[in-house]
Amino acid sequence: MIKLELRKETSRVMLYSTPIFAVLLTIAASMIMFAILDKDPIKAISIIFMQPLSNTFSITELVVKATPLILIAIGLSMGFRAGVWNIGAEGQFTVGALCGGCIALVFYNVEGFWILPLMCIAGILGGMAWAAIPAWLRTRFNANEILVSLMMSYVAVLLLSALVHGPLRDPDGMNFPESRIFSDSAILPILVEGTRMHIGFIVALLVVVTAWVLLSRHIIGFQVKVLGLSPRAARFGGFIESRVIWACLMVSGGLAGLAGLFEAAGPVGQLVPSLPVGYGFTAIIVAFLGRLNPIGILISGFVMALTYIGGEAAQIQMNLPSAVTGVFQGMLLFFLLGIDVLAKYRFKWFHHHHQKGT
Amino acid sequence: MSEKAFLKLSGITKQFPDIKANDGVNLSISPGEIHALLGENGAGKSTLVKMIYGIMQPDEGEMYVNGEIYVPDRPFDARAKGIGMVFQHFSLFDALSVAENIALGIDKNASQRDLNTKIVNVSNDYGLPLDPTRIVGTLSVGERQRVEIVRCLLQNPQLLIMDEPTSVLTPQEIKILFETLRKLADGGCSILYISHKLEEIRSLCSTATVLRDGKVVKTCDPRLETARSLAEMMIGSSLALPQDHGLIAGDERLVVDNLTVRSEDPFGVDLQGISFNVHGGEILGIAGVAGNGQIQLMKALIGEHPAESPTTITLDGEPMGLAKPTERRKHGMCFVPEERLGHGAIADMTLWENTILSARTRKGMVKRGFLNNSTAAGFAKEIVSAFNVKAGSVNHAARSLSGGNVQKFIVGREILQSPSVLIVSQPTWGVDAGAAADIHMALQNLAKEGTAVLVISQDLDELMAISTRFAVISGGRLSQPKPTGDMTVEEIGLLMGGVPSSAEITSEHGEQCD
Repeated sequence: MIKLELRKETSRVMLYSTPIFAVLLTIAASMIMFAILDKDPIKAISIIFMQPLSNTFSITELVVKATPLILIAIGLSMGFRAGVWNIGAEGQFTVGALCGGCIALVFYNVEGFWILPLMCIAGILGGMAWAAIPAWLRTRFNANEILVSLMMSYVAVLLLSALVHGPLRDPDGMNFPESRIFSDSAILPILVEGTRMHIGFIVALLVVVTAWVLLSRHIIGFQVKVLGLSPRAARFGGFIESRVIWACLMVSGGLAGLAGLFEAAGPVGQLVPSLPVGYGFTAIIVAFLGRLNPIGILISGFVMALTYIGGEAAQIQMNLPSAVTGVFQGMLLFFLLGIDVLAKYRFKWFHHHHQKGT
Repeated sequence: MSEKAFLKLSGITKQFPDIKANDGVNLSISPGEIHALLGENGAGKSTLVKMIYGIMQPDEGEMYVNGEIYVPDRPFDARAKGIGMVFQHFSLFDALSVAENIALGIDKNASQRDLNTKIVNVSNDYGLPLDPTRIVGTLSVGERQRVEIVRCLLQNPQLLIMDEPTSVLTPQEIKILFETLRKLADGGCSILYISHKLEEIRSLCSTATVLRDGKVVKTCDPRLETARSLAEMMIGSSLALPQDHGLIAGDERLVVDNLTVRSEDPFGVDLQGISFNVHGGEILGIAGVAGNGQIQLMKALIGEHPAESPTTITLDGEPMGLAKPTERRKHGMCFVPEERLGHGAIADMTLWENTILSARTRKGMVKRGFLNNSTAAGFAKEIVSAFNVKAGSVNHAARSLSGGNVQKFIVGREILQSPSVLIVSQPTWGVDAGAAADIHMALQNLAKEGTAVLVISQDLDELMAISTRFAVISGGRLSQPKPTGDMTVEEIGLLMGGVPSSAEITSEHGEQCD
């Protein structure tokens, strides 16, 4: 029989090297998969991992994809450290985009520098409001936030769709389910001319730094960590669980809402039913792949963006099925969690009968 | 006699990293015998029965069932030999019916209808009325215990192990349980009855094996003993004499006035009107068998649960009853809870991070919300050197230290904050004799400097050695504190066994449950 035994202390080297092993194993496993699909594995891997890095435009597209992933994952990682499992970032993302987008649509014929900041605030508040529902139900009735936040995602996506089909539909849009295109005052400034790389990436970098400071130097980060590791020790230390739960859900909801607004006011430029493309869920993988560490999340956000862009390129150039990106991301999380077990535990073999002293 | 024994243990020894839980235990149970296993908490009772039931394996010694060697690897093996066990804490699913719970717990497959008939038959035979279709969540604690017992009985056990079965029952339920157990014994089933309640054992059991520090002290017929003599066997009569440390009680610092707390845990103990005071310069010891309200008392003192009114707890005249832990610390209270990792310290955090948990306020580790990590590391180093904690560095996780060293670290962390009131639970649990002496010395020195020290412990020798006054907690009530020198071993043993006021306590308990 095999028994898993907790290691006394997991070494830091091991902790930080597991994501690299997970990426390598994912590459190996997907090469096998490509071979079975009768595609050239080497070519497929190089398209997915190398091509997006080969020209400037692809790199800026990488940034465009990584920005929402990093923003959302930073927020989620706070909660995950505290044992607050916000799985509904997709919904908070959608509601954030919706609220911010409404501001843009209300002022569509007004010009002003204040419109974008106002949209950002609306986006953050929208995401927070959506996250407040699981937060309240968890702290008031001890309802499981995993289920509530996940279910709320589907509500949010349908809400966006209903509004875009109805009151928010572009009056001049020939009945397409789309809002008006945002005015120039409501579109994020572009960082590199001729690309879609927008100022949201700078915000994401600031958020990474802020989160790093909070987690390593601030009492808030300490509370979050203590609550996640041992709720009873948190009470002994005088930390109030419900306050930390609220804080985590507000931060993750607000950042997801901001990411949603950036998506609507950035690459998309209007509200469309297909705005939520799963960043809220992918960000969960990003958070874990980055070891819930802000710097790690910055890196893993780019790795995950690579699978999006490279996966698309591979679909087009090698005629791979469109599920390839999802399979890739799923394998990555699977291997990461698997290796984590090996890093924290060691296998112990023991014989079924060890008779003693007969 | 030993040929006829159903279960025989010979020289059972079990060594844990810090302590020898069982040391050469011999025990023999005949068919139809109700055999008591008596001892204080930590005497090794649960380790012993866990080995009989196959949850743990002994390091040395043999077990025999009906004369055949018996080596259970898991509870399944024990049940196959006809050994059943009813745990103190039930393992039932609230949302399932009685019959479903029973079906989950037995090894054989049976149709639901057969099972229902069997449940009704067995429960009627033994005077344990039980409706198989009831949802467990709607049952009283006593009825839940019946489910566990019936689950065992359905497998026709030849030995039934009962772990502290009466601690959660009303007097009426206890009466029914005893009748059932006697009926079972008459039918030839042996019963191993674990308890520290002396009167119960005297009225129910025909043999008692008394354990102390993992060793069998005596095997006797409890009906021929007095509660007093049993108490003496259980706690030993060789208690250290109280020592005069030249401690002089000063002003009243901590006053607890009529503290009443309903436990949020259904198996927890309610605190009932606890009142005491601790003066600067003295050490008040609170003795008691585990599970008599110590944990609830500690939580109430730390402030994890607010008291009923601000004046229930006062510190140097200031009302603290509703204050949160951080505010209590700011005013000078420090705490060492009973459980080291998971309550007093975080296993996966480093030693220096663990100082932030409880010393951040008094040691100025937080400025405008930002942590001063180097102050924390400096304080951790101070603790490690002052209390001789064996740790590679303060950057190691608390998990990597041995239990005794974690204990020294936590005790040191609180003492070095120079509190005005220090409340310690189990200060020397799992530490070696030398370290225990150091901790005792540190507590006494703290008292000499004018701190009011409260020590809650199950180690009577320890309390006798260091405390200036002494009280016993039993069933959520605290006896009147007395100078340690005025207490006799008999008095303490009887108070711990809940004897003098047992009638009073149980009758009130009964009213609450009805």
